[in-house]
Amino acid sequence: MSRPSADVATRNGVFARAFIYAVLILFVVYYLLPLYVMLVNSLKPLDEIRKGNMLALPHVWTIAPWLEAWSTAQIGVQPIGLKPYFLNSIMMVVPAVAISTLLGALNGYVLTKWRFRGDNVVFGMMLLACFIPFQIVLIPAARILGLLGLAGSVPGLILIHTVYGLGFTTLFFRNYYEAFPTELIRAAQIDGASFFQIFRRILLPSSGPIIVVTVIWQFTNIWNDFLFGSSFSSFDSIPITVALNNLVNSSTGVKAYNVHFAGAILAALPTLIVYIVSGRYFVRGLMAGAVKG
Amino acid sequence: MADATMTAPGAVTTAKTTLQDLLPKIVLAPSFAIILVFVYGFIIFTGFLSFSGSKLLPDFSTWVGFENYVRLFRHPNWIVSLQNLAIFSVLYIVICSVIGLGLAILLDQKIRGEGFLRPIYLYPMALSFIVTGVAWKWFLDPGIGLEHAMHQIGWESFSFRWIKDRDFAIYTIVIAAIWQSSGFVMAMFLAGLRGVDNEIIKAAQIDGASTFMIYRRIIIPLMRPVFLSAFVVLAHLAIKSYDLVVAMTDGGPGTSTWTPALFMTKFTFGRNEMGMGAASAMVMMMMIFAIIVPYLYSELGGHKK
Repeated sequence: MSRPSADVATRNGVFARAFIYAVLILFVVYYLLPLYVMLVNSLKPLDEIRKGNMLALPHVWTIAPWLEAWSTAQIGVQPIGLKPYFLNSIMMVVPAVAISTLLGALNGYVLTKWRFRGDNVVFGMMLLACFIPFQIVLIPAARILGLLGLAGSVPGLILIHTVYGLGFTTLFFRNYYEAFPTELIRAAQIDGASFFQIFRRILLPSSGPIIVVTVIWQFTNIWNDFLFGSSFSSFDSIPITVALNNLVNSSTGVKAYNVHFAGAILAALPTLIVYIVSGRYFVRGLMAGAVKG
Repeated sequence: MADATMTAPGAVTTAKTTLQDLLPKIVLAPSFAIILVFVYGFIIFTGFLSFSGSKLLPDFSTWVGFENYVRLFRHPNWIVSLQNLAIFSVLYIVICSVIGLGLAILLDQKIRGEGFLRPIYLYPMALSFIVTGVAWKWFLDPGIGLEHAMHQIGWESFSFRWIKDRDFAIYTIVIAAIWQSSGFVMAMFLAGLRGVDNEIIKAAQIDGASTFMIYRRIIIPLMRPVFLSAFVVLAHLAIKSYDLVVAMTDGGPGTSTWTPALFMTKFTFGRNEMGMGAASAMVMMMMIFAIIVPYLYSELGGHKK
């Protein structure tokens, strides 16, 4: 990603270069504008949004909308802000990411280093599971969660996110371990190392990058999920995305746009921070998820 | 005696070896079993439901054959959903690919500050569709958004109220979806461009080919696998599009921005038409599989030695 591919462009004229930069900057504006609008308007009093220009900086700067979005905004019937839902999301995301990543690592290890007859079929079926439209599992999943006594609970959501993340985590680790020299594994086996010893002592220490990629991918997907959250949560397990949608689309009262924008940024903050801190790995995950094989 | 002492350790080793042999399968089994039940079992369950007369709850006592599918394809809301999916996916895929390829080519011209520009193009992909939806819903809202802002700076005749217009609301969802995904397509193409062999390009330059010709005749044709990957990813995102619609319009005005995914949840959980909801989910799955299965087959097949 760092090396321009060719000298194709070096002989372009000054005019062409200027044009290229102009287009590139135009797209910077396009991509940043919505974020700018959200940020600027989340720092204005409400009447300034209604009377003023959405693109203008605030005359009166205020953080009141942020405080309201976080702790007192009316969501559903309760004026408790987004905070409890933010915590729900954290309690859901952390275990779901940890479990699905660990299982994915073990699956990838087995599928590449302990091949057996039909392993490609197993992998193919797990891979195909990544792409199903989740609408196809909503009804039976609701049923199973009910039978397990997990309906509307955080553990229920953890289970669902773990299950439907397994395909991707397995895919990531399988592709990564595929390139890992099998001779090393065989040598360790001859020296008497067991299945788990090989995994812990040989594979895991060199799995850093793929663990980061997988954790970021899972974290982003589960944090941003809306469909499962809106289908399988009840009052004390509603995740942040669903709460944000309830906040914005509740029809009662005056629309507090500034609070909506502050809430939207709050909901986006964790994944944005992950992206800013480790964008390189984030991109790698996207590509690995997109370019199979 | 001697034999017994000789065989005992051997037997232990055998037992241990067998356990070691089975261990990989034991480790993989739970994941595979879960996928079998939660994915394939559930698909079969939903498949059965789509042939049943289920309304509020799953009901396997009445069988209606293909009636749910017949009613589905005669229902105006489903027809609207399919039309919207067609409009949305064509525009979304084409425009994302054009912007993605265009930006990638421009970024590939030894641009100063590429490391600064790339993350800006890509960050929307880290956001939830709900956040994107909220941002664009208010940005395009005539009351406070773009139209309002233009009136404030004195352009009184400026009018942009697509999001409130039955005929145009679906395009506002396209705009927001492109904003979210086009940077990602750019990253895919950029990776593809960086993989092109420099020797080929140098040879073409020696032969006197112009920059434009080199891209048109050599580089872009080499991008075919990237086009295919981008198409598969975007098509599959388009068929699944749900969150963004819910956040921006929730299907409105009227039913003008319904999509198949929205239809499924509205009919199953809102209108107690579980049989039809299941049928719509089956149709969605078949659409996705029609795209994904051949793709995965060729990708996996190509990797076999």
